[in-house]
Amino acid sequence: MNNIIDYVWLVPLFPLVGFLLNGLLRNSLSKPLTGIIGSGSILASFVVSVLIFMQVKTGATGIVTLFDFISYDKTNIPFAFQVDQLSSLFLLIITGIGFLIHLYSTAYMHDETDMHFARYFAYLNLFVFSMLLLVLGANYVIMFIGWEGVGLCSYLLIGYWFKNIEYTSAAKKAFVMNRIGDLGFLLAVFWILSKLGTVTYSEVFEKVNLLSANDITIITLLLFVGATGKSAQIPLYTWLPDAMAGPTPVSALIHAATMVTAGIYMIARSNILYTMAPTTQAVVTIIGLATALFAATIALKQNDIKKVLAYSTVSQLGYMFLGLGVGAFTGAVFHVMTHAFFKALLFLGAGSVIHAMHHEQDIRNMGGLKKYLPITHITFLLGCLAIAGIPPFSGFFSKDEILAAAYAKNPILYVLGVAGALMTAFYMFRLYAMTFLGKFRGTHEQEHHLHESPAAMTIPLIVLAALSVVGGLVGIPEVLAHNAHALEEFLAPVFAKSTALAKPHEIPHSTELLMMGGVTALVLGIIAYAWGKFSKYEKSAEESAGFGKVLENKWYVDEIYEAVITKPVNAFGKLLAKVDKYGIDWVVNGVGRSVQYASRQVRLLQSGQVGNYVLLMVVGIIILFAIQIFLKK
Amino acid sequence: MNSIPLTHILFVSTALFFIGMYGLFTRRNMITMLMSVELLLNSVNINFVAFNKYLYPGNLEGIFFTMFIITIAAAEAAVAIAIIINLYRSHQSIDVEDATDMKY
Repeated sequence: MNNIIDYVWLVPLFPLVGFLLNGLLRNSLSKPLTGIIGSGSILASFVVSVLIFMQVKTGATGIVTLFDFISYDKTNIPFAFQVDQLSSLFLLIITGIGFLIHLYSTAYMHDETDMHFARYFAYLNLFVFSMLLLVLGANYVIMFIGWEGVGLCSYLLIGYWFKNIEYTSAAKKAFVMNRIGDLGFLLAVFWILSKLGTVTYSEVFEKVNLLSANDITIITLLLFVGATGKSAQIPLYTWLPDAMAGPTPVSALIHAATMVTAGIYMIARSNILYTMAPTTQAVVTIIGLATALFAATIALKQNDIKKVLAYSTVSQLGYMFLGLGVGAFTGAVFHVMTHAFFKALLFLGAGSVIHAMHHEQDIRNMGGLKKYLPITHITFLLGCLAIAGIPPFSGFFSKDEILAAAYAKNPILYVLGVAGALMTAFYMFRLYAMTFLGKFRGTHEQEHHLHESPAAMTIPLIVLAALSVVGGLVGIPEVLAHNAHALEEFLAPVFAKSTALAKPHEIPHSTELLMMGGVTALVLGIIAYAWGKFSKYEKSAEESAGFGKVLENKWYVDEIYEAVITKPVNAFGKLLAKVDKYGIDWVVNGVGRSVQYASRQVRLLQSGQVGNYVLLMVVGIIILFAIQIFLKK
Repeated sequence: MNSIPLTHILFVSTALFFIGMYGLFTRRNMITMLMSVELLLNSVNINFVAFNKYLYPGNLEGIFFTMFIITIAAAEAAVAIAIIINLYRSHQSIDVEDATDMKY
């Protein structure tokens, strides 16, 4: 193996094989074997990914064409994989965190029966496979295959406990929301294909100057519609919180390693298109920021441990889009990476808590878990610190980079972004305090059964906690250490064209330092406040009123969608059903009925009187003769 | 020999044909109806023979057809009488008005 890049097809192959083995042999495999196949395949992918990353780090990139996928006329869409800095980084995130989640799942899902256990791992492997395909594809069509694949897998996994009707409808919701976005993506791909005759990244980005400004704007907007579906942005975000119906490790997988980062990856990949479309960038910025703030406000009042994390993901994704919108592509990718670390950690930690609490998810019934779940507690706290953006934890660096870029664009964006960051700190520490501090508020039976999770669950937590702590160090801003932003240097070739087009604004170092210090101080203050307030939380029956109630009910967005979209569509459907029943069916049945009626009348000729038959026969012959005679004339 | 013109013979056959037709329409008894059919066939036979004799004296096709028709009429009579006997056995009647089982 001289050039490991040529073997990049191994990376998606392993999960695919794992999926097939687990899926087809699910009735005969034992649980340990299923776990080994499921996790082992991802581990193998991870090893290959690391080797590829090493190679890419030396500057080697490449496109590996496996075969011609679609070929007609002059258009050729090969089944090709693109290995470069961006995709190799995503490979590491997907396979690395994916592996930890698989490992964690072997313990978390242990109560399932053999067959469903194998089904779970088969889906999980397929999920990783789809995401790898999405990231590795060298053109938009291959990306679209993966794009649809993750949509399908999210549906399968959210509805994993398919006997619960609520869960299956959450799965359907995710699927439908994603389909809306996918339509935009598909239209964008067709648009590119019709204008440029190619969908291969390298060729599209080469020929981008041939596109008119309008075309670029439309294409990027359509792609962004796809991203709002997949990455849960306003207005299509509602599926993500409902996706909590799936098993907790699945939530971790969806939120951290796969699926929701797809939109970010796609825009980062198409960065040159977005740089050339300022209108779209403005839209991306506004939607991203709005989502970040909106979701954060909802998270403030949620009581389900997973719902808080879900809205926090939506909010953090909003930050990533804000970064993409203001041109901080590196910052966005950086945040994807750090977010993958701490969000996977937080979800797996939440899973550990839920596991210990026997599937209790309401944080009002928790509290004081600190002494029962020491490892989970420490790692969860580290995750909270990271997401809140306390230096030197990872979230600080990535969020700071995005906020700094936002400031350079427009200080208002910065102020709003900071407001979101403060809310993040507040709801995360509210969650932390209500779960781990204070005294236990659950039932005695639950208290009796509290236990730390097994090693297969705690080891991933520890690894992820370590990554969450140090993960930010690959991107230390210029102002703190000269030339220490390793990630930016690494990704520079991918974003070279965009950087050349739009030179990022420089902020004076003193301002940047001041902002960092100010935000950190504010965040610390908020944390102290939340800590103090919620560690003494007492369960009370009183309902929140006014604005708090609106937040608790998620701004009634689901209800509004229900009233504005679902109800009218259903009513329209009912109307059409009536048209079908009383219009089309009437015509069809009418034809049948009239034929029946006519034949009933004609049948009367068959009188059984031989004399009549003879008469008719003669009359018929006479008529024929008459016709013959008249035609002769 | 040629003293009788063709038209006379055609009158006879036409009269015979319509007598047969009339019988077929008005009679209810199947035997009589069968006899009427024989009249129809015989009127046709007369036509064949007459035309052969008067128009194509050198040919024999008309005669052949007549022979055919007589043969077939014999077979037809046999079949028809068999049907009539069976009808009588099942309905105790050979009146066509009574045999209306196949109506509509």
